[in-house]
Amino acid sequence: MTVSAPLMTEQAPATTAAGPYRRMVRMFLANRLAVTGLVILGLLLVFCFIGPLIHHTDQVHTQLADATLSPGTRGHLLGTDDVGRDVLGRLMVGGQTSLEIGIAAGLLATLIGTVWGAISGYAGGWIDAVMMRVVDAGIAIPALFLLLVTATILRPTVPVQILIIGCVSWLVPARLVRAEALSLRSRDYVQAMKAMGGGHGRAVFRHVIPNAIGTVVVNATFQVADAILLIAYVSFLGLGVAPPKTDWGGMLSKGISYTSEGYWWLIFPAGLAIVLVVCAFNCIGDGLRDAFEVRLQGR
Amino acid sequence: MIRFLAKRLGQAIVVILLVTVIVFLLLHSVPGGPARGILGPQASPQAIAAFNHEHGFDKSLVQQYWAFLSRLLHGDLGDSYTLNQSVGSLIGQRLPKTLVLTGLSTLVALVIAIPLGVWQGRRRRGLTDYTVTTLVFVGYATPVFFLALILVIVFTEKIPILPPQAPQAQTLGALFADSRALILPVLAGAIATVAAFSRYMRSAVLDNLAEDYVRTARAKGASERRVVWLHIMRNSLTPIIAMLGYYLPVLFSGALVIESVFNYPGMGLLFWNAAQTSDYPILLGTVLVIALATVIGSLLADIVQALVDPRVRGSIR
Repeated sequence: MTVSAPLMTEQAPATTAAGPYRRMVRMFLANRLAVTGLVILGLLLVFCFIGPLIHHTDQVHTQLADATLSPGTRGHLLGTDDVGRDVLGRLMVGGQTSLEIGIAAGLLATLIGTVWGAISGYAGGWIDAVMMRVVDAGIAIPALFLLLVTATILRPTVPVQILIIGCVSWLVPARLVRAEALSLRSRDYVQAMKAMGGGHGRAVFRHVIPNAIGTVVVNATFQVADAILLIAYVSFLGLGVAPPKTDWGGMLSKGISYTSEGYWWLIFPAGLAIVLVVCAFNCIGDGLRDAFEVRLQGR
Repeated sequence: MIRFLAKRLGQAIVVILLVTVIVFLLLHSVPGGPARGILGPQASPQAIAAFNHEHGFDKSLVQQYWAFLSRLLHGDLGDSYTLNQSVGSLIGQRLPKTLVLTGLSTLVALVIAIPLGVWQGRRRRGLTDYTVTTLVFVGYATPVFFLALILVIVFTEKIPILPPQAPQAQTLGALFADSRALILPVLAGAIATVAAFSRYMRSAVLDNLAEDYVRTARAKGASERRVVWLHIMRNSLTPIIAMLGYYLPVLFSGALVIESVFNYPGMGLLFWNAAQTSDYPILLGTVLVIALATVIGSLLADIVQALVDPRVRGSIR
């Protein structure tokens, strides 16, 4: 329970003439790592979603005559995979799945966690105790194990995976937001609003959550990064989306059978793509953390 | 202290009970239920009904949960659908091997990460700090399986000095006898966690550098080496201890991936194979054991932290 608490500090009042938002943007842009992350993410999004419009490939049918062509073969910049599909085109299509699931699941997890944590921290007392024990129980079961179990029960389509990953990874944001809510609920403006007859719902959704938004936004980026990794793990372990759809983890999982043949292009492009996108999200999160002053600035 | 212990213990028991509820509900959402798993897909509805009646699966959920819980308390995790063995004995054979793998790689990771974090914290905002920070970021973003694959390609294909497969021994002694084959799995696990550990250590060192006792020690004339490696490092270890307890789920997830890449005969591989064959008793038995280990781990971490850190001890009275 103490894991994240020492990292949090109360939000310092941001009252400069330039206004808090411009100040935040400036803080973010001053962080070179964060800007690099943003640029990388933008390029990857363009690559995955606009790329297929320029680089037309057939990712559904197999052409065994063209199997495992090495990179540089005419029309196949990154070669072809074991059933003759163009690896560059596959990287784009696979990236779409990885990014869609990762971003949607990360946001869903943050949403669930924020509401859960805000209610728990705001309510306090035994409600808080019960809600936090549920979080403890969830954290005790590693998400990857839970995901593999559910993947054997339900057919893993994209919406199902978004839902499941969202439902198993909301625990960390719940703890973080609860810690914020605990301190926010006794603030004067919350007390004043209640004295004026405002309800608990209003207190949680109009006051506690908006004031914890820094923590929420910063955590959301880390959640997306973690969700992308999680989906890669599940696919690598062979329980990802069904073919012909694929994602980066799934591409690597097929590549592993060919390590001894030296078909590096079946392993490294997808692996590096995962590293790049996760790095990008983590860098953005770091920059946002500075901008929102969630942790001590100037660390 | 006694009150703190009692409260923490009570919380742990509640958490474990909740975990059993989650596992029980998962077992119940399995398509066809246990009857299908044991009798097979060809079983007639009558046979399934008879089986369900015989094993009490037609009773109410609450009664079934109670029966499930009392079986658990007797150490009965059920029988595997496919391996013709009790889940308890399967996990009993595999768990020690997984503990050896995670224990060794965590040890290696700590030996690298603690000095690295201290060193980085001391040289904050220098070129070396930025370089190491970048490496840590990349390390943190690299999936364990990708890392393992790179290690396999480098050390078994390009420079063939290590075997690509983990030791396939039955006993722990034989596992260590084939220690060369242990190197790659342990290394993969260690590199994967060094990133997180060194980051924690760096930030703990930064916190401590600003403390009054550091100024006092310096004012006393203690050498910088003594201040850093004796005072700061000792005090920075407490958050690492706390983190280790909570890091168990991550370590077990890492073991699952590493075991499946290197074919290491531990609990992760058992789980992975069970996922391929939909062997639910093994899947949920493993989840239960890991959750139990995590709860006990975080409980121990809290207690150890309270014992070694006077500040924590003071705040829990």
